[in-house]
Amino acid sequence: MRFLDYFKGKKTASSATVAKERLQIIVAHERGQRDQPDYLPKMQQEILEVIRKYVQISDDMVQVDVDRNDNCSVLELNVTLPERGDTPS
Amino acid sequence: MARIIVVTSGKGGVGKTTTSASISTGLAKRGYKTVVVDFDVGLRNLDLIMNCERRVVYDFVNVIQGDATLNQALIRDKRVNTLYILPTSQTREKEALTPEGVEKVIKELSETFDYVICDSPAGIEHGALMALYHADEAIITTNPEVSSVRDSDRILGILQSKSWRAESGLEPVKEHLLLTRYNPDRVERGEMLSVADVEEILAIPLLGVIPESQVVLNASNQGLPVILEEDSDAGQAYDDAVARLLGEEREQRFLTSQKKGFFSRIFKGG
Repeated sequence: MRFLDYFKGKKTASSATVAKERLQIIVAHERGQRDQPDYLPKMQQEILEVIRKYVQISDDMVQVDVDRNDNCSVLELNVTLPERGDTPS
Repeated sequence: MARIIVVTSGKGGVGKTTTSASISTGLAKRGYKTVVVDFDVGLRNLDLIMNCERRVVYDFVNVIQGDATLNQALIRDKRVNTLYILPTSQTREKEALTPEGVEKVIKELSETFDYVICDSPAGIEHGALMALYHADEAIITTNPEVSSVRDSDRILGILQSKSWRAESGLEPVKEHLLLTRYNPDRVERGEMLSVADVEEILAIPLLGVIPESQVVLNASNQGLPVILEEDSDAGQAYDDAVARLLGEEREQRFLTSQKKGFFSRIFKGG
């Protein structure tokens, strides 16, 4: 089939290109996590529990990130609240 | 003071022991007094690759536990007289390598050797941490394949946070990328990550590229470090890597496919 693809001028991404793209994404993600303080996952869990006392939200609706600059760190908390009347299970 | 170099990878089967054997042999051949230490407790194999499996009497753990002296455990290589091997133990107790014991042995080796090469076990557990802890330099052995590259990145993270240099706030461990089992034909066909791809993802300096070669298996079958196969591509690639490790400039070779000409196909039987 590759022979025919050549004449059709069909461009399919080579498996090496796919591998590179997948690696770039996962490695960047894991490096981000590596640099985060150890307490972050637990803190995220606790924040989630506090919010749940008032609003029903699922795990992926809270995002906690730490941005480190030269001399200060910023804790970024992103909570997506469900629309009114729309309570996720 | 010796330079301590760990050969590590995270992933298993990428060529750590093959690399440890060849790098240590290459350094010793250049006249440096070199010792290669097997950290893979329970799965001793460096002795087999170095062809001294029948000469093992005492091992690393015996030295740590005080049952033997370092000199009793060190095996002198029969081919290169400045090369020594410290075999590991076959005990199933993984914790046999205590941090204090490892430190004592590494310190003692540092006093008499120019280079201490630490052959790490696979994984990111105790043995691997012990192997990399004292390192001044690290050779990250990587195959051009997704799981190996990802694991190499994990190991880099560990080197940057859990090594003695990192914990003491010293100059960081010097990292080197060694790409092994590289197949230029498959790279050209878009079936394998290229050197440039892996360099871009891991972002560490390239020490060398070892082409995938039948010579490697043939050499290990015989207990011969492949660097001693001086006419082979893999042997020469390891020799280049050793030269670069010592600061020499050497151009990368074996990165393009060695297409056989019409005549060599006919006369050498393809």
